[in-house]
Amino acid sequence: MNTNTISILLLEGSGAMTGAAVIAALYVFALAAFLGYQVISRVPPLLHTPLMSATNAISGISLVGSIVIAGGTGPHHSKVAMILGFIAVVCSTTNVVGGFVITDRMLRMFKRKETKK
Amino acid sequence: MNWQTYFIEFSYLLASILFILGLKGLSHPETAKRGMHLAEFGMLMAIIGTLMHFEIISYTWIIVGLLLGSTLGAAMGVWVPMTAMPQRTALSHAFGAFAAALVGIAEYYSYTHGFKPLADLDHVKMGAMGFEIMLGSLTTTGSLIAFGKLQGLVPGQPLVYRGQNIFNMTLLTVTVGLFIYLIFVPTAVIPFYVMLGLAFLFGVLLVMPIGSADMPVVMSLLNSYAGLASAATGFVLGNNVLIIAGTLDGFSGFILSILMCRAMNRSITNVLFGAFGSAATAAAGSGEQGVMREVGLEDVAVQMAYAGKVIFVPGYGLATAQAQHAVRELANVLESRGVTVKYGIHPVAGRMPGHMNVLLAEANVPYSQLYELEQINPEFPTTDVAVVIGANDVVNPDARDNPSSPIAGMPILEVDHAKSVVVLKRGQGKGFSGLENPLFFKPVTGMLYGDAKDTLTKLVGAVQHA
Repeated sequence: MNTNTISILLLEGSGAMTGAAVIAALYVFALAAFLGYQVISRVPPLLHTPLMSATNAISGISLVGSIVIAGGTGPHHSKVAMILGFIAVVCSTTNVVGGFVITDRMLRMFKRKETKK
Repeated sequence: MNWQTYFIEFSYLLASILFILGLKGLSHPETAKRGMHLAEFGMLMAIIGTLMHFEIISYTWIIVGLLLGSTLGAAMGVWVPMTAMPQRTALSHAFGAFAAALVGIAEYYSYTHGFKPLADLDHVKMGAMGFEIMLGSLTTTGSLIAFGKLQGLVPGQPLVYRGQNIFNMTLLTVTVGLFIYLIFVPTAVIPFYVMLGLAFLFGVLLVMPIGSADMPVVMSLLNSYAGLASAATGFVLGNNVLIIAGTLDGFSGFILSILMCRAMNRSITNVLFGAFGSAATAAAGSGEQGVMREVGLEDVAVQMAYAGKVIFVPGYGLATAQAQHAVRELANVLESRGVTVKYGIHPVAGRMPGHMNVLLAEANVPYSQLYELEQINPEFPTTDVAVVIGANDVVNPDARDNPSSPIAGMPILEVDHAKSVVVLKRGQGKGFSGLENPLFFKPVTGMLYGDAKDTLTKLVGAVQHA
């Protein structure tokens, strides 16, 4: 993967992906999948519920895509797309904030030893 | 590249790294909190970075959306009780998948209505977009049905009819067929919207026939789909952090699905299309197996009070009865008398992975007392009293002893090896899967009927006076 490929990938905001960019994206996908497998298989069953809510919050990062769509106006963006983007922003933000708040709340409850109230 | 672009990309890179470190932290309860703080910081940076994007012209709707979402999310995060965790998670899968689908639809609309150059909509882009929209839509409705079932709005029993699998498979084939057609002819607007509608419908039909007892698998699977839909969004928008975060989510769900299936000794296909717990499988039960021995509260209290070791085995009934705090109280009383108390947790106990652990942690049970299946099974022969609270299939000895049982081969908590077993149960009815449980008829087992919370609270008093 040469620097040109990376910069193409980085520069793509919402335009079409070139062949090279697609290949680079597939690299990212494959490596993330491998890394994800390694990291997540080490999570003990004890923390499976927090894991699910944490990954949920993290994948709420699709918020960044929705933000760009909800915020674009002018000749190159449509009202319909903006409205859909707005709803997507609400949904993703709910997941991000809700997911992290609830994960924190759960993790605070896990204690090695009993604590007096 | 201008400085904004650099700033945005660096914020995304930072976020990706912090997300991975955050998940790595979850490998131990001690490091988990710090890990989550890293991930939260990464998320914040990515959002701030995105707000610098040069394409953004109006911030009004972004800010309204962020505020509205934050309020909804925070309210949900603070007030949802731990017993309702599965419902909330199902709902958040629906939200995540819906957001992904909407981004895809907005992009498609922009291309086909002249807001973006149609020439840019090539086969690869359409492939990623179609995948995102299809998966996003079916996960949205599927998760909503799962939410309905968990919340009790939709009947939890599997909804089955003749030719169901054939109908569903046909529907899926048509949807995927339209998707493939769209890859070659991206401008086919009507097939696009038909595909969208069918995907929404398929999500409903996919989850309707699945019983509540199989929810841990379904939740994990929907988790996986929602993640992969996000990853596809990354491909559509050419955004690496989306690909990474979506893939992590997708694989996490995938790994959990496999673990849950293994814990039930079934394949994913069997869970999705087997309609477990329906009338057909219930008929396979072996019928009457003798009489259940009912025991009195006082006897159980004395038995426990003078025991050396007591193991609690919780199931979904613990959650429905909200009995986690009562268990903890009973354990406190027992421990103060010198009784060793442990908890045996089956991977599929409850309605989502790790459900029981969270409930007991909420009741202030230290996690060092929560044991996994493999750790606790060798301990049952030296256990004086095993207390089964609202669990059924996960302690059914038929899974081990009867090869013709529908749950044969499923790893179970071998409570029947304990010196004495007490089963707390609401009534004499069968478990969710409709299977007869031979454990209840064993001489070693005593049945204690009534609401679990009520019974446990009474036991606390009785043990104190024993």
